[in-house]
Amino acid sequence: MTALSAKTGKYLSLVLASILTLLPIVVIVMASFKTTDEFQDSGPFDLPGSLSFANYVTAFTKGRMLEAFVNTTFILLVSVTGTIIIGTMAAYALDRFEFRFKKTVVVAFLLATLVPGVTTQVATFQVVNNLGLFNTRGAVIALFLGTDIVSIYIFIQFMRSIPKELDEAAVLDGANHLTIYRRIILPLLKPAIATVIIIKGIAIYNEFYIPFLYMPGRDLGVISTSLFRFKGPFGAQWEIIAAGVIIVMIPTLIVFLALQRFIYNGFTSGATK
Amino acid sequence: MTSTRELAQPPARPLLKKKSALLTSRRRRTGWGWRGTPYVFLALPVLLLVLFTYVPVANMFWYSLTDWDGLDKTKTFVGIDNYVSVFTRPELFRVFFVSLYYFAASFIQMALALYFATILSFSTRFRNLFKGILFFPYLVNGVAIGFIFLYFFRPDGTLDALLDIVGLGDLSRPWLGDRDVVNFSLASTSIWRYMGLNFVLFLGAIQSIPNQLYEAAELDGANRWQQFRFIIAPGIKPIIGLSFILAISGSLAVFEIPFIMTGGSNGSETFVIQTVNSAFKFSKVGLASAMAVVLLAIVLVITWIQRKLVPEEKVNLT
Repeated sequence: MTALSAKTGKYLSLVLASILTLLPIVVIVMASFKTTDEFQDSGPFDLPGSLSFANYVTAFTKGRMLEAFVNTTFILLVSVTGTIIIGTMAAYALDRFEFRFKKTVVVAFLLATLVPGVTTQVATFQVVNNLGLFNTRGAVIALFLGTDIVSIYIFIQFMRSIPKELDEAAVLDGANHLTIYRRIILPLLKPAIATVIIIKGIAIYNEFYIPFLYMPGRDLGVISTSLFRFKGPFGAQWEIIAAGVIIVMIPTLIVFLALQRFIYNGFTSGATK
Repeated sequence: MTSTRELAQPPARPLLKKKSALLTSRRRRTGWGWRGTPYVFLALPVLLLVLFTYVPVANMFWYSLTDWDGLDKTKTFVGIDNYVSVFTRPELFRVFFVSLYYFAASFIQMALALYFATILSFSTRFRNLFKGILFFPYLVNGVAIGFIFLYFFRPDGTLDALLDIVGLGDLSRPWLGDRDVVNFSLASTSIWRYMGLNFVLFLGAIQSIPNQLYEAAELDGANRWQQFRFIIAPGIKPIIGLSFILAISGSLAVFEIPFIMTGGSNGSETFVIQTVNSAFKFSKVGLASAMAVVLLAIVLVITWIQRKLVPEEKVNLT
């Protein structure tokens, strides 16, 4: 009897939590299909009269979402590729070599993880400005590359498990350091690279403040900033905003469904480093 | 036992030494080639690190001692005036109290995460579906979440309609406009957004506990609560400790949700919103830098305490 009620309680709590998680999203989906008049006259739980994608078209064109997706994709590709190259290079140097200042460099990277990014923007802004990068995609890319230390840690952690004997065998075959890095280390780091692509990719897709601060130009909108700008012109048109929100969430949902297992593993290994 | 081991050790030692000497000499031999190689590999990463972390932090300290507005060619040195302002002007100090809402919320968040991680670590129907639903909000774009909950809390929005259905319509109020409730609304949005991460971390930690322990406990007649109390709880202590520390620094650095949803109005301004507003809206870079330095100092102290309390090697999920 108690076992049965414990079981009911368990499933009841799970269902309740799922409803609380999904309800705020479901009502947005319903709102996104309503016409302006329909939205005004109906409550949040009333189903839309028809499945019209008009709001999506408006959100996509007037909200300049295509531009935003292009900008985000460009920044994402460059930053993630750069992060992988820079991160693996740093990890290779720090794990496979003994040199002066090694400890200093390690401590420098370690300390940097503790600095909360949002607050230092006060001073980072001046650096970006002096480099002449303000209001360019370069600013955001440089910051995504330059302030990502977690990836370096993931690479170092993983590289420790690659036996040094492989490097030594390659040396006997006449390989130099660049060859070892490119032919042995990089291919063996694939699982770590996958983790970094997932964590970093999702973080960049969702990043709001850095593009908001450094790319205020209207034609330089990314996903987050373009959606944020819905606040002005569509302020009273919730049905359009709702469509914009869903447009932004669809790629996330697809990636999540396709890569679920990798995503869970990525976040458990990334968050604790 | 111990005595035999001690007896056996002396002859073994020189052998070991020899072996390790061999190992180091072999390792030394791998230090071949040009000695500058590691520096070449590190040049770009270190340059970026210095340029975008250390130069800003150093500048921030310097700005915090001036009255700079962000544009002026000259920066007047004002000593610790900015720091005095941060701690004495009540309107600047007040924002720290807003953090308390988020700090309290993070306890609810961790309790929920722990509960769901525990029940989902046992066999459950639709386990992956529930896991996916609970985790998904963490992946959603912050601006999208802001809009989702603006819609949720708006007058006659989802929450009000929900209260009407269950007959509690009288409770409705301007959830984001009322100074008494705005921080509760925003903090619960924060729970909705971040609970999934805690949940997945806890679940990972619970699942790394060897299965035999549960089996042995079951043979001994332990019930679910006892299994939680004596196997799961001790097994995930390190990750809970880490989450707790992250909750403290996280609640001090709350930014996105209130910035996107209310812009910091109606008493929902957080420390970070105030800092960036002072710098970029009111051109008080000196004062903003002092605030950023204060936050940095607090976070460093908290992290130092964490390292003291939770040794790093104990937190290992992979």
